Amino acid sequence: MKILNEFKCTFPANSANEGLARATLSAFLIQADPTAQELADLRTVISEAVTNAIVHGYRGTTGDITVCLRLLPERVIYIKVTDKGCGIPDVQKAMEPLYTSAPEEDRAGLGFAIMQTFTSSLRVRSIAGHGTTLIMRRQLGVKHEEG
Amino acid sequence: MKLHYDIDSSCLTAVLDGEIDHHIAGMVRMEVDTAIYAHSPRTLVLDFGNVTFMDSSGIGLIMGRYKILQPLGGTIILLRPAPHIGRILRLAGMERLAEIRQELGEGAMQ
Ligand SMILES: Nc1ncnc2c1ncn2[C@@H]1O[C@H](COP(=O)(O)OP(=O)(O)OP(=O)(O)O)[C@@H](O)[C@H]1O
Ligand SMILES: [Mg+2]
Repeated sequence: MKILNEFKCTFPANSANEGLARATLSAFLIQADPTAQELADLRTVISEAVTNAIVHGYRGTTGDITVCLRLLPERVIYIKVTDKGCGIPDVQKAMEPLYTSAPEEDRAGLGFAIMQTFTSSLRVRSIAGHGTTLIMRRQLGVKHEEG
Repeated sequence: MKLHYDIDSSCLTAVLDGEIDHHIAGMVRMEVDTAIYAHSPRTLVLDFGNVTFMDSSGIGLIMGRYKILQPLGGTIILLRPAPHIGRILRLAGMERLAEIRQELGEGAMQ
């Protein structure tokens, strides 16, 4: 599919970069002129994905996280988040609402549920021991001309 | 974040601000828990009035404080969440653990 615009960045799994990922996405989305709700939803979605890579993927270690943002035709936003961390042994179980492998750390187990609610599609590719890639798409609403 | 404890109403208020994510949640948790253990408040008010962003790390923060307060007989009020934060609170079913309010009425103060 035709890519109208693309922005890629790679950063270390440092929790300070969660906010940076949200800010980067906000800046990228300006060209698509999303509604306040669409912007809030997508900021939450990227925050969930990057936080998971840091908290679970690299758990106590470090490594690179790559984010790829795309503007696709028909106002579709594409967000890909990749880590080369521990991977998810059972993706189906991980995606169940309230499932968390870290309950003692005040995790709710709602990251995937939030990502699913706030996107049009979510694909997870994960290989235990090699890492995880999330690909999310969100269809933005039709833009009406002013006036 | 600003913490305030009112002895008469046994109410601990945490005025949160900015973006509540995993990066910040650990620090908020430590400060709030220290105050909870010091005062055993009957009510914990988490004031979201100045919060611009919150993800599931904020939900975990609320759930964790609920687990500490519930055995002590304490309740939680989530005050003034912006519309997009209110959506996440409801999506996570937080109204079952806490009361979501737009203003702090007399109810919290008895
Ligand atoms: N990038 C990742 N690498 C390895 N494991 C992951 C990754 N992302 C998610 N997981 C696994 O999937 C589980 C569910 O993730 P989800 O985001 O739904 O919940 P959580 O992160 O545990 O809690 P919350 O997001 O509510 O703070 C995690 O507990 C973890 O075991
Ligand atoms: Mg998560």
